[in-house]
Amino acid sequence: MAHVELTVNGRAHRLACEDRTLLVTLLRDALGLTGTHIGCDTSQCGACVVHVDGRAVKSCTMLAAQASGSAVTTIEGLADGERLHPLQAAFREHHGLQCGYCTPGMIMSGVDIIRRHEGVLDEHIVREELEGNICRCTGYYNIVKAILAAAEDYPESAAPLKAEPARV
Amino acid sequence: MKFGVGQPVRRVEDKRFITGRGRYVADHAVPGQAHAAIVSSPHAHARILGLDVSAAAAAPGVLAVLTGADVLADGLGGIPPLFMPQNAQGPFGYRTLRPILIPDIVRAVGERVAMVIAETPAQARDAADLIEVDYEPLDAVVTLEAAVAEGAPAVWPDCPGNVSFSLTHGDPAATDAAFAKAAVTVALRLENNRIIANAMEPRAALGLYDAADETYTLYATSQNPHGFKEMIARDVLGIPATRLRVIAPDVGGGFGAKADCYPEDALVLWAARRVGRPVKWVGTRSEGLMGDNHGRDQLVHAELAADAEGRVLAVRARALHAIGAYHFSAGVAPLLYSLRYIPGVYAIDTVDLETRAVFTHTSPLGVYRGAGRPEAIYVIERLMDELATRLGISPVDVRRRNFVPPARMPYKTQTGAVYDTGEFEALFDKALALADWDGFDARRSESEARGRLRGRSVAYYIEHAGIYNDRMEIRFDPTGSATILAGTHSHGQGHATAFAQLVSEQLGIPFEAIGYIQGDTDKVMIGRGTYAARSSLIGGSALKLAGDKIIEKGRRIAAWKLGVEPDEITFDAGMFVARSTNRSMHMTEVAIASFQARGVPEEFALGLSAAATYSGDVPNYPNGCHVCEVEIDPETGAVELAAYAVVDDVGVVINPMIVEGQVHGGLAQGIGQALLEHIVYDPDSGQLVTGTFNDYCMPRADNLGPLAMAHHNVPCLTNPIGVKGCGESGAIGAPPAIMNAILDALRPLGVAHLDMPATPSRVWAAIAAARRAAA
Repeated sequence: MAHVELTVNGRAHRLACEDRTLLVTLLRDALGLTGTHIGCDTSQCGACVVHVDGRAVKSCTMLAAQASGSAVTTIEGLADGERLHPLQAAFREHHGLQCGYCTPGMIMSGVDIIRRHEGVLDEHIVREELEGNICRCTGYYNIVKAILAAAEDYPESAAPLKAEPARV
Repeated sequence: MKFGVGQPVRRVEDKRFITGRGRYVADHAVPGQAHAAIVSSPHAHARILGLDVSAAAAAPGVLAVLTGADVLADGLGGIPPLFMPQNAQGPFGYRTLRPILIPDIVRAVGERVAMVIAETPAQARDAADLIEVDYEPLDAVVTLEAAVAEGAPAVWPDCPGNVSFSLTHGDPAATDAAFAKAAVTVALRLENNRIIANAMEPRAALGLYDAADETYTLYATSQNPHGFKEMIARDVLGIPATRLRVIAPDVGGGFGAKADCYPEDALVLWAARRVGRPVKWVGTRSEGLMGDNHGRDQLVHAELAADAEGRVLAVRARALHAIGAYHFSAGVAPLLYSLRYIPGVYAIDTVDLETRAVFTHTSPLGVYRGAGRPEAIYVIERLMDELATRLGISPVDVRRRNFVPPARMPYKTQTGAVYDTGEFEALFDKALALADWDGFDARRSESEARGRLRGRSVAYYIEHAGIYNDRMEIRFDPTGSATILAGTHSHGQGHATAFAQLVSEQLGIPFEAIGYIQGDTDKVMIGRGTYAARSSLIGGSALKLAGDKIIEKGRRIAAWKLGVEPDEITFDAGMFVARSTNRSMHMTEVAIASFQARGVPEEFALGLSAAATYSGDVPNYPNGCHVCEVEIDPETGAVELAAYAVVDDVGVVINPMIVEGQVHGGLAQGIGQALLEHIVYDPDSGQLVTGTFNDYCMPRADNLGPLAMAHHNVPCLTNPIGVKGCGESGAIGAPPAIMNAILDALRPLGVAHLDMPATPSRVWAAIAAARRAAA
């Protein structure tokens, strides 16, 4: 059994899980944070993207034990209460989602893209950067639009609205 | 009107999805739930000689192991196809019944052989891997030509030759005569590649059984929960449908593949009864690629005869369509539509069309976005370009000479479709202008200067939107707000928004207060779900008729309250006005009055609600034009979409933002089919080669390029709200547009033909072969 201590969306957790437990499984099953989705079993689709210590990670490629000591942000931790994160708002404004299944991963990746490029993006960069996120509904057109629009709100759009908590 | 029809109203359903609060089946956890894992067949065709489950049954956490023998012992039924041609006066086909666990012979890789139920998902998977199945491998056939070859292994012993049925349209003798007198004929052998929906949410099922009152509840990844309920209750479990409730909560895309139930949907219910615990199964992507219904997989020999000016005299086609190991879901529908829409938007007086339904040792054919229309339009649009090439005229001119003109509407095709409206040439001209068709030469020179080949195309699609009747209900509550109860099912299409726009405008009630319920067989009386671009037509029209009934009853209530005769009441923009007086009541006030605890005349009945049904018997015909320019790197074979323009006629638009999104999504799937996607089975072993997203190439953001969109909307005349469907159009128009553009770029090198998907390796190989031939 692995003992995992981590903060998720600002709350500290101490958990025991099987060694082989993936971070995505821990988030979904142990913590009930079902906004992080699983869309494939080969780490291609990006539906499970979360932030670990401020960087986008496919939570299906990481063991829960590897996240021990880290601060994790999931889609549920991006807004500040009822105040939406600028990228969340942009996805709604630009119709960047249809079925909504890839959306949490898209948004978490999008925030990371904005952060890494310091808000300086163009369509080509966004399309290339989204290589690791698959959407089947939208053809990506409006997802790209939403990310470009939210990049205008840099730096607010480059991180969760609530500051990352200190490491445990 | 801010929230009225035609406005790009932002979706009311979005908030939960962008904040991670969507509730998909896999997100549901019920107390005491156990977890299921499936053992799948690794063989395309094999006899099960024995099955040793002892190690699995003894493994940690295992509650039960269920096999095909248990299914038989418990007297469960199999899953029949949704319909066969013989159910609609068609030819008699070889009907199959698919067991929910296979007891004897597996007929495809991925067939379900056993199910393990355990305390955790990991324990169930571990134990499943301990089950030893003794298989005797048998000869398998996975490709169409092999399946109909002399001496091919039979998928079903009493269906030798593997052909379940043939469908035909047209007049063979007249077609022969037309070909005999034609100035020019062209012929193509076209493969329409096997692909798969791959909704981002893998299928999942959660089954509950209440032993006290012997009732079942299923949470299903379903486009059509009432359809699941009917089939599982009647055909599999053999219980009164009153004992089964099916809930399709948030569903992460469907595209046809979730239209009908699968073995797992019934298995979790049966397992829940057997183990006395709720049972949850969440499929993996690999299981989906193996075991979900597939789409397309058609091989066509198509010929076209024309006069010297390029006017089409006749079309002949002989097709094979792979239905997989079973007739399943609505898998017959693609065959039907793949013939019916071959004439497309052209006035073609003579056809001779045939398709054969062919069993193969593969996952079954289902309906996938477009279901047969993409196959049909691919045939005619490839033929039109072939004809233009043969005659040395432009693809624009050859189409212009053959369009059905507006003056001939309503136009009945030789295959029995009746187009009510369509301004094909006007829309075509708009698309050519949008794409700057005439400026192509400069762009080609620019591409060539960079060592790239550039090609272009123009393709025109038409499709059949809407099928089956459906029922919609509007129900007010005592506070005066209204809820829509939908028989259709939105799984990304934004119905909660679009339907509320319709009701808000018709009844003049606040958009924000309209409630929306769908996807629960205990809440919605009957429904047929969403597929076949049916919901705007049938759901929207039924809502309009329900709204008419609400207004009619509201008029009587207002008359009662205002003390006048009902025929003195007029209704406009939410207000009931007594003409002879200056008194009026708002719809909301009328609704509240209808719920008064005292004094409501008995003949009104308590409350204000209405349900209405709209028949889907008359479909509508969305149509449009795709203009595509590709740039090809001759050294690598990579194809880039350099420019793309789409003009659609989708009739009256309820929400342009949602319509545009639907076109985007269809387009991406059509682009995927043309350039990237292919379900491949190894022809020798029958193994699935494309079993993960590593091997099955889904379109990524960087596979799509610039897009210009416009509309040329002609309201539909055959439904009360003038709508035409929009969900499938992109997937129909894109494949021929892209393939024709690629061929336009490559013909100067001597490449005459390519099949989908036009992957870099295929394009490179075609260029290399042409160069060798020219050398």
